[in-house]
Amino acid sequence: MNNRIIRKFNELKTEDRGGFIPFIVAGDPDLDTTKKLILELGKQDAGVIELGIPFSDPVADGVTIQASAERALRNSISVGKILDVVGEVRNEGCETPIILFSYFNPILQFGLKNFAETAKKAGADGILITDLIPEEAAEFHEILTANELCLIMLAAPTSSDERLEKICKKASGFVYAVSRAGVTGARNEMSSEAENLVERLRKFTDLPIAVGFGISNAEQVAETWKYADAAVVGSAIVKEMMNLTPNLNEVPKDFVQKIGEFAGNLLPYKSKPPSYVGGKS
Amino acid sequence: MKTQQINNFEPNELGYWGEFGGRFVPETLAAPLEKLTDAYFAVRDDAGFQDEFLQLLKDFSGRPTPLFYAKRSSETLGGAKIYLKREDLGHTGSHKINNALGQILLARKMGKKRIIAETGAGQHGVATATVCALFGLECVVYMGTEDMRRQALNVFRMQLLGAEVRGVDAGAKTLKDAINEALRDWVTNVDSTYYLLGSALGPHPYPLMVRDFQAVIGREAREQILEKEGRLPDLLVACVGGGSNSIGLFHPFLNDETVKMIGVEAGGKSEKLGEHAARFNKAGGGKIGVLQGTKSWLLQDENGQIALTHSISAGLDYASVGPEHAYLQSIGRIDYAFATDDEALEAFQVLSQTEGIIPALESSHGIAHVLKIAPKMSADEIIIVNLSGRGDKDVNQVQEMLSENF
Repeated sequence: MNNRIIRKFNELKTEDRGGFIPFIVAGDPDLDTTKKLILELGKQDAGVIELGIPFSDPVADGVTIQASAERALRNSISVGKILDVVGEVRNEGCETPIILFSYFNPILQFGLKNFAETAKKAGADGILITDLIPEEAAEFHEILTANELCLIMLAAPTSSDERLEKICKKASGFVYAVSRAGVTGARNEMSSEAENLVERLRKFTDLPIAVGFGISNAEQVAETWKYADAAVVGSAIVKEMMNLTPNLNEVPKDFVQKIGEFAGNLLPYKSKPPSYVGGKS
Repeated sequence: MKTQQINNFEPNELGYWGEFGGRFVPETLAAPLEKLTDAYFAVRDDAGFQDEFLQLLKDFSGRPTPLFYAKRSSETLGGAKIYLKREDLGHTGSHKINNALGQILLARKMGKKRIIAETGAGQHGVATATVCALFGLECVVYMGTEDMRRQALNVFRMQLLGAEVRGVDAGAKTLKDAINEALRDWVTNVDSTYYLLGSALGPHPYPLMVRDFQAVIGREAREQILEKEGRLPDLLVACVGGGSNSIGLFHPFLNDETVKMIGVEAGGKSEKLGEHAARFNKAGGGKIGVLQGTKSWLLQDENGQIALTHSISAGLDYASVGPEHAYLQSIGRIDYAFATDDEALEAFQVLSQTEGIIPALESSHGIAHVLKIAPKMSADEIIIVNLSGRGDKDVNQVQEMLSENF
């Protein structure tokens, strides 16, 4: 499959490095800023960027991402407009892999086939659907594969081995291991369940494994890289974004730069990336 | 999946009726839902479990509920004979107790110590708080703050029964938002907690399980009408929010081809999106989609964002409808209509004054439809309408709305 996610993880593996996956909600504070943020996060060594499609009823999300989605929806965000932004950053030369992070209904209404074709054309690399378990994913998986897009599947500590096997069969690009039972949101302590889940997943797949839910600082990113291939940071960045833009209509001039710095500080290294164990070694 | 034959209206193993239903949830909930499904199927045909359930329905809830011939209404309207299935007379004042009793027995069987629930009008919350008190289990009920305002009496009832009521301030602050919050609680505390969902919606196996526990309504009604009239009714009418009281009445009659059925949705203030909860009304923005674990008809905008809804009745004020209803609508077995706020309010008063029964605002939507169609039917035809709950909880709200006229 010709896909930036696969190329990126191969590259990280060759360099023996962990991947950093920042998450932002598209359209918060506005779509123009989203575009600038993607470009900036690419410069901050993001391995993959997760672009959240806001949804009115985000049952898997904690208060931070709920609030951000609500802000974004005030801007009449749509799947089409978000894919346009992806197209624009590709036109500006950004080659960071981008995955959309969505609930199923907005994609279903856009049309599964229409989504895959439009997303591919725009330059997106994959999609993760929080409320699409493997039993429901067959049709969409087929459509995405035909368009060389990755379907990022979620695995949870509650998933049985039987389920993990089903999940890995539908997954491409990487598998997203949810660090603990619960909704998204920053936590002071990482659960030990995550490491256990990653170990169990390795039995069923050779795909890279990213860990997310609750990772909010450089220390936790470094900790995660000891056993997983990438770390996702969502709520911590989103919270910082909302703190800096209490008024949606007044985005400070240095906002993008500040978020870039914030994201950069989530990386456990400053200048030259050191070697991390990561991966299957 | 789309055209499979359905035997006796059973869903397939993934929880689909036709193209409706399924299990659209975060992966964290997938294994717990599998366990719940296994646990439910283990007791579904277990005589001991069913006996215990029926015994509680009888001794604790006071079943069977009567089937009452509404003589004055029938005569005044001058058409069909109207029977009321008196779910308002069950313990806690609505049909919700049936499902709560069934599920609490299952929760106990599964060894769960903490129960959570969502509630709209508060009737399911009260029923859940009641069965938790009965068995000494911890109970947390999520309720939209708008619903807490208009159903203040039920909030206090739940607290009296020992439950903790948690207000939900998101969205329109109604039922949908309460379900979101209950799902978030469940995903976080899934090991210790049983989610006692109150309507025939959500991910598989909830729509099936809730329907099974509510089908006692239709089984009784079928026996009672045969005993009173010696024949089956011509028409069944019930209000439809999530759809539990209606599927409970309708289901045992589905194979009786001569029995027509009408589900009555909340028409609200107008057909404009955001001002009603009539999901099957395409003109009002209804379209097939996925919300809160299930695929069904949904009120949504062109971007797939779930629309706000409105109804005078908190229990019908919901953007989606149970998947089995969506399927039965798609095959033409059940027709769906709606009654507006004004029509429901009128029916609320008419039934109070004609029969001496104050109906819940939810049930008033079903009554409102009967007021419209009974006069068009002949005197030898029979309607059974489900009086799903009593209206005591709505008296303050109705007083406010009518105060100008009093």
